[in-house]
Amino acid sequence: MGLTLTWLSLIVLIPLAGLFVRSTDLSLDQFWGIVTSRRTLNALRVSFGLAFAAACVNLVMGTIVVWALVRYRFPGRRLFDAIVDVPFALPTAVAGVALTSLFAQKGWLGAPLAALGVKVAFTPLGIFVAMIFIGIPFVVRTVQPVLIDLDPEIEEAAASLGAGRWQIVTRVILPSLTPALLTGFALAFARAVGEYGSVIFIAGNLPNVSEIAPLLIVIRLSEYRYADATAIAVVMLVVAFLIILAVNRLQRWTQSRAPLN
Amino acid sequence: MTIEARGVVKTFGTFKALDNVDLKVANGELLALLGPSGSGKTTLLRIIAGLDWPDSGEILFDGENALERGVRERHVGFVFQHYALFRHMTVFENVAFGLRVKPRKIRKSEAQIRSKVSELLDLVQLDWLADRYPNQLSGGQRQRVALARALAIEPRILLLDEPFGALDAKVRKELRQWLRSLHNDLNVTSIFVTHDQEEALEVAHRVVVMDKGRIEQVGAPTEVYDNPATAFVHGFIGESITLPVEVSAGHVALNGRPLDITAEDAASGASTLFVRRHDMLIGPAGSGSLQGAVTHVRSFGPVQRAEVALAEGPTTIEIDAPRDRELKVGDLVGLKPRRYRIFAG
Repeated sequence: MGLTLTWLSLIVLIPLAGLFVRSTDLSLDQFWGIVTSRRTLNALRVSFGLAFAAACVNLVMGTIVVWALVRYRFPGRRLFDAIVDVPFALPTAVAGVALTSLFAQKGWLGAPLAALGVKVAFTPLGIFVAMIFIGIPFVVRTVQPVLIDLDPEIEEAAASLGAGRWQIVTRVILPSLTPALLTGFALAFARAVGEYGSVIFIAGNLPNVSEIAPLLIVIRLSEYRYADATAIAVVMLVVAFLIILAVNRLQRWTQSRAPLN
Repeated sequence: MTIEARGVVKTFGTFKALDNVDLKVANGELLALLGPSGSGKTTLLRIIAGLDWPDSGEILFDGENALERGVRERHVGFVFQHYALFRHMTVFENVAFGLRVKPRKIRKSEAQIRSKVSELLDLVQLDWLADRYPNQLSGGQRQRVALARALAIEPRILLLDEPFGALDAKVRKELRQWLRSLHNDLNVTSIFVTHDQEEALEVAHRVVVMDKGRIEQVGAPTEVYDNPATAFVHGFIGESITLPVEVSAGHVALNGRPLDITAEDAASGASTLFVRRHDMLIGPAGSGSLQGAVTHVRSFGPVQRAEVALAEGPTTIEIDAPRDRELKVGDLVGLKPRRYRIFAG
């Protein structure tokens, strides 16, 4: 117990507390001025908004991917299963460079998309794509073991009671997966909010348009405006904490309705 | 509803799970499929339910081809060994599930569903647990919820796959009697699978004994116990003494020494003599058809179990004798089978 607390304090709590202490260098007015400046607000909006959207997409697509990986036997399944981990393992800068060259105007995907009038690289859309890329393994890997453990007999039971395929999915399978889906969503979201390396290459980093909050923090640091940087960091910390708390609550609620054995 | 299986064959890879099975189940009957694991009993049940499909053969419900319809349309109540309850639903919602998924046109009103579910929970004596979740219940309670859920759709037949297999001995016994009386009340054609002979003999009207994908014998409990049709049935149901014997021209010999019993209609050749433990009578030395010495005696319940080393061969057999017959280690005894069967092989 003591060891756990000490370790947790050293690794997590003290740096976080330092952040708050640092931000007290600022008066409340100054703090408010920094966080409500147009550039800061836009950066936060880009970070949280796109991270949320990307987590939503990952929730849906991740569920489909995990379903295929667990329920179907197809050639190359193991390979696909391994590929899911690539965003985990790839250094984020490498991922950023790869995505950028892929979606650049002359890239393999960028060129056909440009012909359709869609520009991905160096726009907010690029940030969105990068966030989806780095977030998907979180959904897949949290849901996968739960889906594997899901007893096929409960589907047979539902079918014998007259339920159709769609009713089985929506009334039996998805509710059983809900806690895992929420966890995967929260992890993908948290990762996307904090993502830096892969995003800055593809983002274009235009202030107020495609500038993410972590980048703004780095910019402020390089300008030696440490107080500004910590003020933004504190806001990110608090918002992220509140969102994770909300998801946790939701998860607790779904689990208490179906407590685990 | 009557159920009929005709020439049902099912293989999994190279394993023959069902080998040309024919079976008729009468309307309102309570039938047990009994056999060791791998005998094909669960496969047969799942094919009747529509959860598996045979490679060839027919399944008829009231003379109509059931294979044209999937599990949804067969209107079969199925109870799984491990309950297969929906964990995220209360007991009430579990039971209501079959009523709620009906197409809107034939779905009952909410009030009707509520009263139907309460009625079923009363029937399985769990009305006080309606708001609990499955993992807050004991195994026996869960299985009763599963049964109530299956009954909610007013099934035409009820199929139970090792329904009490995961429960402890005391609960099994209670639920067995309860199932029998429930069946008397509902009178719906029911088949249950079990590997527990006591369960089959105690609960079912008729018992189907299966082995290696074939039906060995179908009959009333007394019949399969008293008149086993094959060596397998004799060995599987009840405890038997088995001795390798030689039959030639109506005479029976053990290790070359003739036994004082008739071969009846057994064919000549190497055979096996089956005697129930309590059908081997113990008499004074020199009497009867076998001789031996008592090597061990244990007493429990209404009988005492004696181990006797046979003089005719290097085998020890176990005999159930009445408690009032005095036996002690070292006694020389004569043995006479009161009832016995001889099967080739």
